[in-house]
Amino acid sequence: MKVKPHSESRLGTWYGLAGLVLAIAIFYFGVPALIEQDPMVYSRYYTTLSGIALLSMASAGVWLTFYIGRINIGQGVFCLFGAYISGILVVNYGMNFWYSAIWAGVICSLLSFLIGLPILRLRGVYFAMVTLISTQVANLVVQNLSITKNGRSFALPMPAALTIPGTDIVVIPAFTLEGAAVGFYFAAITLMILTFLGLYRLVNSRIGQLCKSLQQNEELASSLGVNIVWLRLVAYAISCFVGGVAGAFYGAQQANLNVSLFTVQDSVNFLLYCFMGGLNYVVGPLIGTVSLRLGWDQLSSTGEYQLTIYALVLIVLMFILPNGIMSFYEESKKLFAKFSPAKPQVASSGSKKTAAKTAPKTSKRRK
Amino acid sequence: MEQVIANGLFSGTQYALIALGLTLIFGLMNVLNFAHGQMFVLGALFAYTIFNHIVELGWFLGMTPWLGNILTFMVALVCSLVFLAFVGALFERFLFRTVIKRSSRDESTMLLAAATAFLLDSLLPMKHVFGELSHSLPALVEGSLTIEQPWFSDSPFSMPLAKVFIFSLALFLIAGFMAFMQYTKPGRAMRALAQDKIAAQLMGVHVDRFTMLGFALGAMLAGGIGALMITITNIGPTAGSSFSIKAFIMVMIGGAGVVGGAIAGGFVLGMMESIVPTLLAPYDLANLSDLIIFAALMIFLSFRPQGLMGKPWG
Repeated sequence: MKVKPHSESRLGTWYGLAGLVLAIAIFYFGVPALIEQDPMVYSRYYTTLSGIALLSMASAGVWLTFYIGRINIGQGVFCLFGAYISGILVVNYGMNFWYSAIWAGVICSLLSFLIGLPILRLRGVYFAMVTLISTQVANLVVQNLSITKNGRSFALPMPAALTIPGTDIVVIPAFTLEGAAVGFYFAAITLMILTFLGLYRLVNSRIGQLCKSLQQNEELASSLGVNIVWLRLVAYAISCFVGGVAGAFYGAQQANLNVSLFTVQDSVNFLLYCFMGGLNYVVGPLIGTVSLRLGWDQLSSTGEYQLTIYALVLIVLMFILPNGIMSFYEESKKLFAKFSPAKPQVASSGSKKTAAKTAPKTSKRRK
Repeated sequence: MEQVIANGLFSGTQYALIALGLTLIFGLMNVLNFAHGQMFVLGALFAYTIFNHIVELGWFLGMTPWLGNILTFMVALVCSLVFLAFVGALFERFLFRTVIKRSSRDESTMLLAAATAFLLDSLLPMKHVFGELSHSLPALVEGSLTIEQPWFSDSPFSMPLAKVFIFSLALFLIAGFMAFMQYTKPGRAMRALAQDKIAAQLMGVHVDRFTMLGFALGAMLAGGIGALMITITNIGPTAGSSFSIKAFIMVMIGGAGVVGGAIAGGFVLGMMESIVPTLLAPYDLANLSDLIIFAALMIFLSFRPQGLMGKPWG
């Protein structure tokens, strides 16, 4: 697998911080302000956008497994389990939803230890396929358990109020039928921003550097004293925690769980979002999810041609930006280098890149 | 018991042919072709359309009905094989090749493969293509093969002759493909490419040409078995993705990129799907059989990722 150096730390610079503040301002104030202009028409976007925020969280988990060099097509497992664990805790045990979502994440990451211990030894397409099968297994499990009502409709109540334990101070008020869409929007946005900030911090920490060493060469990292088994388990557990929490919120937002909430197709979609955004950037999964999901949603007016147009756009995007939307910046630089011979240093770096490209891809495929 | 084994063998050949194409594409190009099940469906429905057109044209009217049926089907099968090979070659030439050359990592082709799967999934059920209904062709051969006193069980064994006919055609396709890979020059070139791309290139193998040929062959096999299966079962235009997933599983059982492994994987999955429900039926657990099969496969692959015949780490 060929690895590009990670883009230099941008949050440390003032314009990186400014971009972050701007993004937060847009999510918290800009979008609601736009929607409130004509609530009758646009209020459905609260639901759409909160769904997108939660899915992008789950894709962030997939991205993290990419970061340790694994192609993960099994995030649907943990989203599905997260949704059901939270649902069961709320309905059968009367737990507060907000705690149950955290428990869903914790149980998912414990489960990921169990699953991850054998399967994280696998690489490349082998890991991808086992995780793909695991999604199918998870779906069948849900269909065959009585506690999940055999995967048929499992109604959930609205999230109750969250108070500080021991006091009556309300942190998050109880959701009402009218306010639920807005409430879930803010909850989802907050979770998403926390996830991506956490992911950014993780990637730029020492553990992040070590994860990257796994992506490049596991044997070498291991020989230099990196505990690769522990590291990839931790990374996978974080990924599954995020997936579980996202699934719990997604399920609660739908207010009705069934087995088709997360299928193999969704697991594959998470992967596509990561690819579409760009695997070399932390915000890649966010960009990918927003562009693909929002685009898909906007295309719904085209009726029967929705999937056709979506697929064609995907194919065209693969042609223009095969390394993801976030590679736009690099691609445009390359393009400029092509048309402006006045800058020899840029041109030479471009040619170095093409030289690296013609070098053999490190596929050790044997028959 | 014979009945169960025969059914297993039958679906095994079907699965083996689907898996063969997928593993060929994977071995040559390192592409997980998510659209493989869609190729199967395309082949099936194309053969159906051609069959009906020929019947309308009345080409083989003068013959006895069964011979006419078989000849019509043969023409339809050949048309479907050629058409699918053409589609596969186009996909490789204009989509995958370009993206592989431009992208910095191999896995990006997964996105492209998924996009082509979406495209086929949306195009096939359209009104002017095949419509939303699922179709099947009439049985080609009447009658059935019956053994009153089989060896192991008391109940008589019977299998429709149409199934036997399709089974032998499928076996013939597999044998033909294996012979092609084993004894012809292009086959040898493709095996060399799958083993070591760079070495093959150094030995003068035209990589682009044979990758294209491999993709076309893979699509052709999927389409061929689709055309065969539509004489037995109903095939709908959106059935593709479930076949893709199954095909992935079969390829993994046998070992990714190994031709023999794909055949083994197909038969193993076919047998399991046929035997496990029968074994579980007395305990009233038959609806758990899918879960048990998949869970068993997952455990098997976690401990033997290279499958039955593959080499570790591909």
